[in-house]
Amino acid sequence: MKILVAVKRVVDYNVKVRVKSDQTGVETANVKMSMNPFDEIAVEEAVLLKEKGVATEIVAVSCGVSQCQETLRTAMAIGADRAILVECNEELQPLAVAKLLQSLVAREQPAMVILGKQAIDDDCNQTGQMLAALARLPQVTFASKLDVADGMATVAREVDGGSETLQVTLPAVVTVDLRLNEPRYVTLPNIMKAKKKPLETLTPAALGVDVAPRLKTLKVSEPPVRSAGIKVPDVATLVAKLRTEAKVI
Amino acid sequence: MRYQAPLKDMLFAMQDLAGLSTVTALPGMEDYGQDTAQAVLEESAKFCEGVVAPLNWEGDKNPSSWKDRVVTTTPGFKEAFAQFAEGGWQGVIHPTEFGGQGLPKLVATPCAEMLHAASLSFALCPMLTDGAIEALLVAGSDELKNKFAAKLISGEWTGTMNLTEPQAGSDLAAVRARAEPQADGTYKVFGTKIFITYGEHDMTGNIVHLVLARVPGAPEGVKGISLFVVPKFLVNDDGSLGARNDAWCVSIEHKLGIKASPTAVLQFGDNGGAVGYLVGEENRGLEYMFIMMNAARFAVGMQGIAVADRAYQKAVTFARERVQSRDLAGSDGPVAIIHHPDVKRMLLTMRAHVEGARALAYVAAAISDVAHHAAEPAERASNQAVYEFLVPVVKGFSTEMSIEMASLGVQVHGGMGFIEETGAAQHYRDARILTIYEGTTAIQANDIVGRKTLRDKGVVAKALCGRIAMTEKDLAAHNDADCTAMRLALSQGRAALEESIDFILANGKSDAKAVYAGAVHYLKLAGLVLCGWQMARAMMIAQDRMAEDPAFFNAKVVTARFYADAVLPQAGALAQSIRQAGASTNRMSVDLF
Repeated sequence: MKILVAVKRVVDYNVKVRVKSDQTGVETANVKMSMNPFDEIAVEEAVLLKEKGVATEIVAVSCGVSQCQETLRTAMAIGADRAILVECNEELQPLAVAKLLQSLVAREQPAMVILGKQAIDDDCNQTGQMLAALARLPQVTFASKLDVADGMATVAREVDGGSETLQVTLPAVVTVDLRLNEPRYVTLPNIMKAKKKPLETLTPAALGVDVAPRLKTLKVSEPPVRSAGIKVPDVATLVAKLRTEAKVI
Repeated sequence: MRYQAPLKDMLFAMQDLAGLSTVTALPGMEDYGQDTAQAVLEESAKFCEGVVAPLNWEGDKNPSSWKDRVVTTTPGFKEAFAQFAEGGWQGVIHPTEFGGQGLPKLVATPCAEMLHAASLSFALCPMLTDGAIEALLVAGSDELKNKFAAKLISGEWTGTMNLTEPQAGSDLAAVRARAEPQADGTYKVFGTKIFITYGEHDMTGNIVHLVLARVPGAPEGVKGISLFVVPKFLVNDDGSLGARNDAWCVSIEHKLGIKASPTAVLQFGDNGGAVGYLVGEENRGLEYMFIMMNAARFAVGMQGIAVADRAYQKAVTFARERVQSRDLAGSDGPVAIIHHPDVKRMLLTMRAHVEGARALAYVAAAISDVAHHAAEPAERASNQAVYEFLVPVVKGFSTEMSIEMASLGVQVHGGMGFIEETGAAQHYRDARILTIYEGTTAIQANDIVGRKTLRDKGVVAKALCGRIAMTEKDLAAHNDADCTAMRLALSQGRAALEESIDFILANGKSDAKAVYAGAVHYLKLAGLVLCGWQMARAMMIAQDRMAEDPAFFNAKVVTARFYADAVLPQAGALAQSIRQAGASTNRMSVDLF
């Protein structure tokens, strides 16, 4: 069984991001970049499935600038067998990534596509779902438990009310949540082995995919600085202030 | 408190100052370029930050304990060591032939720095194991290497270095442990060894002790010491563990710092004699030890840099948060203390010393790689000579400064710094051992004066001064205010160092006591100037690359400038003291104390 895992290169979760002075986005120059933490969980799950004998090949995919190769090498150091970089210097929004992954799914025919539930830079939580729709595959999102047997995946999902267990036929798209597993620490021998694993570079054009953004970012600004609280004399004043000043009701 | 490995500075020091590309151009080193180095450092950082650093405080609160000859390490250490071994981190630098990763020392050094910074106590176990591995690989027979090396490199077993006895510390000639040859070629070892780091613990199935002892009829003094492998459990030919050997931990020490590291008194031969295997030839034990000692001393230097950096990071975090007193420039209310000039001075001092010492150490590591792997024997030899000069400097200077910097770290915290729970005090206590073990500062100083300056008539020392002079020329070409200030400070520092070298060469034989009275100051002067030299190089590179990363490179230029303005001026004072203080030291007769 082949598994395709998608990984995204994002600003490291430890970094305190700053908004660029021209308010077009967040400052990413010279900022530490890492694999999206949810994607680490996705790769770990794929590797666990391989170690259990369920999966036979893990292909890691990333879309973006050429430095994404580092992220893919990390995926291979965790245990992916080979990697594909879809190299692109333009902004890639979730729909574009979903289309790129769709073309790779058609090419690779994996039994499962595993993705992190969302990226910590845009928090979109869209790519997996869009991919499933485009590729006409069943989807299970926010997986906190995953079992594969007899061509089916049984998945427990984290939902607002608690946990919901679904079963889907493979091939399917699964997006993973925090509680699914704890990613392993990469070993030194595996870092060295990963250097020799195959990494293929493609382009959106070669895959025949139009990746032009459909959404335009108008402005990015810091959240307003927290100001001092005030005391109100009664509930009526509270309601009035919430309505007219805070404008939240 | 969280530790964050300073990857940017480590990569800068590795690539720009130490010359990673030169190292990867060496035969056999092609695989270890920038991408690999970065990947290795990042994963090492994750492990050190995530698994080891959280244990540091626990180790101090809940140190190793001894009962009935058994040592229990701090809760969490055993599991962490298993993960360390599984990660392949013990084998970073060791030959692939025995299961190691064979990485260049230049890439292994930042990994070691991070591990030490995460927890000095924890990192001591792999460090001493490295020493045992080196001794075996340098001098052991194939049989010994096959039996012990691979399992030490994989982290399945750990190793110890057993030199010290109650009457023999700095003076190893006084070692009394004895080894009696047996009919089957093995020896029976008898004696007491003290201060044995990780001499006993519960983390692995076996411990391999490397022990210095005398065989009957051996010559007096250092020329009569042999080296033996004395395993805790004997090892059968099939690699399985056999009988428990007659080597027992009779106590562990109650120490000022590095509390979680079990410091053992080991008793060999109370029950008939511990089985030992000769390493190499009889009476050459100390020679083998010295080959290994360069690596061990360099490692302790890295410990100094590591703990100083850990203390610095903590001090900066505190200084950003603690609010006391108005800003001298005027403010509405009190400000965070990081705004006050004296706090900035303390933090800059810590930062400048850490960055300078790190740069020098990494440069030395690269020189060691060239010394090991260069194709030409002449190139190997000349680099080895420079490396051997730098080792006592890295050990002596980085450790002495680490105590001062850890003390500053406490100072920045004010009263809270004196309270154990804050955590700054632990770094101060942990650092205190670094100038003592693996050769005291005085021993490093004797080495740099006797073996490394007098013996070759100052050739290597003066050649390094020559390289500093070349950097001064580069600074002159840069011609801006910062480079000019650095050039002047560096040239004065170099002059102080050259003058001191001349003084030593002139008086080394005729007034040895006066020269050796100033030896530690000579060591400090060498460290001060050589680290300043690296900061000068860093300043110019940072200026050239400013646009790539303004925040990082601007900080580098300012830190280097501070080094020139506030640290390098000490050079002149040290040179004067080296020249002058010998006379009064000689004059003060023993009975006057």
